[in-house]
Amino acid sequence: MTDQLPAIIVLMPLLGALLSVLLGMFDRKLCLPVALVALAITASSAVAMLANVLASPGQSLSYRFGGWDPLVGIEYRIDALSGLVVLAITAVGFLNAIYSKTRVRDESPRREHYFYALYLLLVAGLCGMVLTNDAFNLYVLLEICSLTSYALIAIGNRRAALASFNYVIIGTIGASFYLLGVGYLYIKTGALNMDGIHAALRANDIADSPTIKVGFILIMLGVWIKMALFPLHGWLSNAYSYAPTTTGTLMAPLMTKVMVYIMIRMMLSVFGTEFVFHEEFWSNGVVWIATVAIIAGSVLALARSDIKKMLTYLIVAEVGYMVGGAWLGNHSGMIGASYHILSDAAMTFCLFLAAGIIINRTGEARMNAFDGAFKKYPLTMIGFTVGALAMIGLPPSCGFFSKFYLISGGIEAGQWGFVVALLFSSLVNAVLFFRIFERAYFPKDLASGFEFGGDPDAKPDRSLDQVPYSMLVPMLIAAASLLVIGLANQTIVGWLNTALASFSLK
Amino acid sequence: MMLDHAMLANLIEDTVVPKINFWIYIILMMTGLYAMISKNNLIKKLIGMSIFQTAIILFYVSIGVKSGSGIPILGAETQREFHEVEHHNHEHDEHPEEFPDVYAYPTINPDDYANPLPHVLMLTAIVVGVSTLGLALAISQKIYHEYGSIEEDEILAQIKTRSDNDD
Amino acid sequence: MKLLGLVAVIITGSLLLYASGDFPAWGDANSPANSNQQVSVRYIQDSYAKTKTPNEVTAVLADYRGFDTMFETVVIFVAGIAIIAILSFLGEPNKPRGGDIEEHPETPDLIIVQTCKLVIPIIQLFALYVVAHGHYSPGGGFQGGVMFGASLILWALACGLPAALKRLSEPRALVLSAIGIIIYAGWGFLCMLLGGNFLEYAFTDPLLPEGVEKAHSHGMLIVEIGVAFTVTAIMFVIYANLSSRGRLKGGL
Repeated sequence: MTDQLPAIIVLMPLLGALLSVLLGMFDRKLCLPVALVALAITASSAVAMLANVLASPGQSLSYRFGGWDPLVGIEYRIDALSGLVVLAITAVGFLNAIYSKTRVRDESPRREHYFYALYLLLVAGLCGMVLTNDAFNLYVLLEICSLTSYALIAIGNRRAALASFNYVIIGTIGASFYLLGVGYLYIKTGALNMDGIHAALRANDIADSPTIKVGFILIMLGVWIKMALFPLHGWLSNAYSYAPTTTGTLMAPLMTKVMVYIMIRMMLSVFGTEFVFHEEFWSNGVVWIATVAIIAGSVLALARSDIKKMLTYLIVAEVGYMVGGAWLGNHSGMIGASYHILSDAAMTFCLFLAAGIIINRTGEARMNAFDGAFKKYPLTMIGFTVGALAMIGLPPSCGFFSKFYLISGGIEAGQWGFVVALLFSSLVNAVLFFRIFERAYFPKDLASGFEFGGDPDAKPDRSLDQVPYSMLVPMLIAAASLLVIGLANQTIVGWLNTALASFSLK
Repeated sequence: MMLDHAMLANLIEDTVVPKINFWIYIILMMTGLYAMISKNNLIKKLIGMSIFQTAIILFYVSIGVKSGSGIPILGAETQREFHEVEHHNHEHDEHPEEFPDVYAYPTINPDDYANPLPHVLMLTAIVVGVSTLGLALAISQKIYHEYGSIEEDEILAQIKTRSDNDD
Repeated sequence: MKLLGLVAVIITGSLLLYASGDFPAWGDANSPANSNQQVSVRYIQDSYAKTKTPNEVTAVLADYRGFDTMFETVVIFVAGIAIIAILSFLGEPNKPRGGDIEEHPETPDLIIVQTCKLVIPIIQLFALYVVAHGHYSPGGGFQGGVMFGASLILWALACGLPAALKRLSEPRALVLSAIGIIIYAGWGFLCMLLGGNFLEYAFTDPLLPEGVEKAHSHGMLIVEIGVAFTVTAIMFVIYANLSSRGRLKGGL
């Protein structure tokens, strides 16, 4: 059964979604247990699959759907990098489902079964996108993720519908560009399997043709739109802040990072390093765009007084880290970008969870929600602090190590603008978060007099913080994982090294 | 003068005419893209999205065309040939002495059949396009219900007045 | 905004046109896509021998790339439940701010109703034919499913949405669509249980008569039936919800 794991990882959430819709028509309380069981099975399969991959020769597994030869059928290809990203997706999905227990009841009553069905399908689509080795299958799964995320955002209230509509328009442009890029590749190579395209590009010597170059540009543009690289980031802030809480905490850590993974996969497995880094002018240009993204994201985050919007602009800056790291063209940069996918997913998850708890309990969406927060919600504030310190980049959290690899990659490649932007962003993050710490730990007036927001008839499963365990525990696990990922960075980087070894990076 | 006309005609015949389909589809795509970005009315944006996606579908389908070929479905003749060969091979398995030869399946000339792969891909793309359109229309109905308008500038003005009232 | 759109379109359009200079000519049988020996030519030459399906498009859709088709069905399922989730709960707690849909009590027109009563069974029969005959002529699950759904929409247009909802209510439609995907994924799971990979039809050979190649053909038919169920139900659900803004009363 272990060789069927790649299929099970994608199919379990699908089955859970169908059961959620069917059972939810009888009793809506059954949906959350179904979702939790499906996600638990998926998460454990992801762990088992990662162990499988690391144990297998060459650290690469292949799964053929329908038993067909990879060039005619659809193939899933797993290496250490995809295994780690899938593990991150399923872990975030599972913990977030626990977190959602009270939030869904409050924010989307009477449609829990649809919510959980869309949620599970989003997780299934994300896992599939990471695992697949077929360019068109990636498009189908990308559209599943997109459609479910448009819907999950649109079921929010007030401004969510317009934010979702803008996201629909821009997201469709991105996905259609990707499809067009695959079409351009197909017209020249006749293959859809990523290895097939790569082989055709090298064998037929067509890599210099305008079609392939424009195809590459289209695919990159499509992926950049979907990962909100500056200046294509306009949709991100509104979409993630007006979404219901649980949607925001699921999508913020995952969607953009998976898109970064797709970019790296396209760059390395389909086009190859010789094609991508052929013209220094273009790769330097992209690093400059990433530098501007980092600076713009950090500055815009500083200007915001709404907590969620501030966090979304931090995502824009983090995407700049990863894109710049990947386009530096050397080994350290790519390691930094890949490691940052994992660490940023954990950091964003932890921060969004903690912010969600505080916003929900105080009923305030602006910075003054943090006034005196340490006294009222000590554990939550500690979790938030760990996440914030990781964002700033203090050891031993994972944020420090990813910055370390990115900076060393930048120095090696001579991209001093990028290095300066990384340090600048750390500084801006420090200013941002220390402002919050000042409010939380040293409030000006001790009797801030906030009423506890939230529902008066909630069950008494509250903890020290007066916050339900279902919200607190996932956040603490996320905060702990930041330290674990940081302390285990040598092992993880070792795995990533093997995964990236087959691509000739300097 | 005559030389220029002839050269121009040759230029058009060599570069534009063999690929006129691609040019038309690209112009359609750009029309749709322009509508998606620049139009103020939400439904017009969605119409542009539809045009954009349909043009991509047409682009893909035209990749698989082979002049002089038929549809990618095997005709009754070819199926009969296959059945005869199979029947013969089956007899060979049953009575090897009477039917000593093993026939091979008849080879199919790929030039007789259009390329099936773009059709398959575009079946998927059409379904995805329809789903996105349906979802976007539902979202625009929700926006209309909330703001009473589907013109983006009016909606943004309403949002501004509401947030001014809230502050 | 118009200027931005114009600039974006001009840049993208010129980029695309610049690349088109390199394309193979329209209808070229020797273009890389059409003459790729490992992909397209293999589909044309080997699909009948391996799957006993004359329609190569169906063979590629439901067998070689069957996993893609399953997710395509999931996409349409997502659209259905998303539209219900977004629209069914409008109108609370906010009062309708946009204009309300006028509720016409439907007085069905005699000619239209009688014509529909004659035509709808034929449409449905043809839809079932298209699904079943998808192996031999252009057709398959999606096409037949859309036609069947269209027949229900025709009834809704003729006699009013409530009359059509009596035929296929929303909960039943959702159950039908979920069953469609369960059939598809379930058949794939069956192949896994019998020892193969997901959707590896050859392993269902012990269950089905007539050999391994026919097992492919039968497997394709079963998954296409699943697809038809889902598409029928969701087409009707999308129409019902969009035309009545989620309230399933009145409507177009």
